[in-house]
Amino acid sequence: MAGPAAGAHEEVLIRPVSTFRPKLFVGSLVTGLIMAVLFYSWGYQIVNDIGVAGINRPVFWGFYIVNFVFWIGISHAGTLISAILRVTQAEWRRPVTRCAEAITTFALMIGGLFPLIHLGRPWVFWYMVPIPTDRGLWPNFRSPLMWDIMAITTYLLGSILYLLLPMIPDFAILRDRMMRESPKSLRTLFFRVAALGWRGTPQQWYSLEAAIRAMAVVIIPVAVSVHTIVSWDFAMAIQPMWHSAIFGPYFVVGAIYSGVAVLMVAMYLLRRGLGIQEFLNDKVFNNLGLMFLAFALLWGYFTFAEHLTVWYGNEHAEIAVFDFRVTGGFAWLFWTMIVVNVVIPLLILPFPKGRKPLGTAIVGLGVLVGMWIERFLIVVGTLRFPRLDFTAGAYTPSWVEIGILVGSIGMFGFLYFTFLQLAPIVSLWEVREGAHIANRAGPAKRHALEPASEEA
Amino acid sequence: MTRWGMVFDTDRCTGCGACSVACHAENNIQTVGEVEAAKGRAMHWLRIERHYEGVFPDVKVRFMPVLCQQCANAPCEPVCPVYATYRTPEGLNAMVYSRCIGTRYCANNCPYTVRFFNWFAPEFSAPLERQLNPDVSVRPAGVMEKCTFCVQRIQDAQDIAQDEERDVRDGEIRTACSQSCPAQAIVFGDLDNPDSRVAQLARTERATHLLEELSTEPSVTYLRGVR
Repeated sequence: MAGPAAGAHEEVLIRPVSTFRPKLFVGSLVTGLIMAVLFYSWGYQIVNDIGVAGINRPVFWGFYIVNFVFWIGISHAGTLISAILRVTQAEWRRPVTRCAEAITTFALMIGGLFPLIHLGRPWVFWYMVPIPTDRGLWPNFRSPLMWDIMAITTYLLGSILYLLLPMIPDFAILRDRMMRESPKSLRTLFFRVAALGWRGTPQQWYSLEAAIRAMAVVIIPVAVSVHTIVSWDFAMAIQPMWHSAIFGPYFVVGAIYSGVAVLMVAMYLLRRGLGIQEFLNDKVFNNLGLMFLAFALLWGYFTFAEHLTVWYGNEHAEIAVFDFRVTGGFAWLFWTMIVVNVVIPLLILPFPKGRKPLGTAIVGLGVLVGMWIERFLIVVGTLRFPRLDFTAGAYTPSWVEIGILVGSIGMFGFLYFTFLQLAPIVSLWEVREGAHIANRAGPAKRHALEPASEEA
Repeated sequence: MTRWGMVFDTDRCTGCGACSVACHAENNIQTVGEVEAAKGRAMHWLRIERHYEGVFPDVKVRFMPVLCQQCANAPCEPVCPVYATYRTPEGLNAMVYSRCIGTRYCANNCPYTVRFFNWFAPEFSAPLERQLNPDVSVRPAGVMEKCTFCVQRIQDAQDIAQDEERDVRDGEIRTACSQSCPAQAIVFGDLDNPDSRVAQLARTERATHLLEELSTEPSVTYLRGVR
C-alpha cells in the first residue's frame, strides 16, 4: 500500500503547475471576464458619482457594506481553520490547509475593495490612514471604522505571510524539477524566484517551521478580532437591532460558518476538477463536515437568542425592525435564511452519509446564500426603520451594485483559477511529512495517522 | 461660555414650511428634483414632520420641525473616522466638508435622521444659481451635510461685536428659519446666558426634547402643552 508521498501520486498535484492546462486557463479567462463587470460598474460609479447606486436616506449603507461583511466573513475559512488545525496538530489537515488559506487571502482582497467602492470617491480613502502630514490632522481612533482598517490590514498581511511561508519548499520542489525538464521556460524562472533560494538545510527547515508555528498562533486572535470589529461597525451604533452585545461572537461564528461553507464548495470542485480525490478524501470531508455541523448549531443558537431577546423586550423602535424581518416584507428572506442555514444543514450533516463531498458542498452553497441574506437583513433591515418613523424608507439596488456583486464573485474565481496555475493546491512537503511520520510510527499506527488513506 | 440653542414652540407652528424654504436659500442646499426625491434623496436641513392625534372625526394635526439637534452627546461624532464632524467650543456640532470622505456612518448613527448626503454634484437650475449665498460653501458630491445653526450668521455677528468691543446681544443673531417664521415659533440664542429668551423658554414647563431617552442631550428644545 503506497502512501500519497510516492512520486506518482504527486503528479496530479504538480501537473497543473508545471504544464499549460487549457481548462484552467479558460477558467481564468471566463471568471476574468466576469470580474471585468466589477471594474466596469465601479468605473461607471466613479465617473457618474455615488448616486448611481440605490442607496438613499435613510438606507445610507446597502449592497456594498453587505458584500464587505460577506467577503470578510468568507475570509475566515482558511487561515483560521488551518491555524486551529495546525495548532491542534490534526494530521488530516495536511491536504486542506493550502486551499483554505488561499480562500482567505483572496476573499480579504475582495472584501477590502468594498469600503473603497462604498465611499464613492476612493481617492480620499487615505484620509483614514495615519500618515503624519502638514495638514496636522489625525484619524479618529474612536471610530469603529478605524479599528476595521487596523484589524483588516493586519489580517491581510498576516494571511499573505501565512499562505506564502509553507509555499517556499513547494516552490523549491517545483524549481528543481523544472530545472531538469525545461530550464529555460518562463515557469521555471517564476519558481526560481519564488523559491527564495530554498536549499532545504536543517537551519532553513528549523526557521520555517518556527515561523509557521508562530504565525498559526498569532493569526487566531487576529482573525477573531477582525469579524468582532466588523460586527462593532453595527453594534457600536445606537440603531435598533444593531446595538447588541451579542454581535461580536455572533459575527465571528457566522464568519467561520460561511468560511467552512465556501471551503466545502471549493474542495468539492477541486476534487472533481483536478482529480485529487486521493488527497481531499472522504475522511477530510467527514471531519470538516463535523466542524460545519458544529457551526450550524452555534449559528442557529445565536440567531435564536438574538431574536428572542428583541421580541421579548418589545421595545418600540426594535420591534418595528423585528416585525418587518420576521413577519413583514423581509419575511421571505428571513425564512429562506433559516431554511438554508439551519434546517437543511441539520437534515444532512448529522449523518455520516451526508458528510460526503456532494452533500457538504450542497449544504455549503445554501449556507453561502443564507449568510449573504443574514448580512442584508442586518444592514438594510435596520436602516429602513429609523427611530423617528417619519423617515422610514426603502432600498432597491441599482444595476451598478448588482454588477459589482456579480463581478466580485468573478474576481474570486479569477484569483483562484490563476492561483491553481501558480502553486500546487495541496502542500507537497506537508503531505510528504505526514506520510513520513506515519511510516515511522509503524504499521500499527499508520492507519490512524496517514493523512490520505482511502477507505479501501 | 456660549452654548447655542434653539426653541421651537410647536403650539405656535402652523406647518407652513417657510423655515424650510428659507434654510434652502440661506445655506445653498441643492434641490434634487422629483426623481431623486422619490428615491429618498431630498435634502431639507429643516423639515416639518406631521403627526395626527385623536380618532376621526376628532383629529388634530401637530407639526414637528426637525433639524440637527446639535447634541452635546452626539452619536454622529465618535463614529466618524476622520473627524469631519466634531463639537465646537460653542456647542455646535460642526461639519468639515473638505474633510468628509463619505463613509456615511454619521448619518446611520443619527437617531433623528437629519444628515444629508450629496449623492450627485449639486446643480442649481436657472435662476437659482444667481442667488447662492457667498458666505456658505457649495458642497461637492460625496460629502455629508446638515443644519449648522447658520454658523455664518453667528460668525458675522461675533465679528461685528468684536469690532465694537462688546458681547453679542441676545436676539442679535437670527437664523434663517427663525427670521422667516410667520408664527414666531422659532427662537435662537445662547443657552448659557440665563437671561436670554431661548434659555428662559427652555426652562418652562412646556419644554421637552426629542428622543430624550437616548441621552443625546440636544440643544434644541420643543415647547408643547397647550391643547
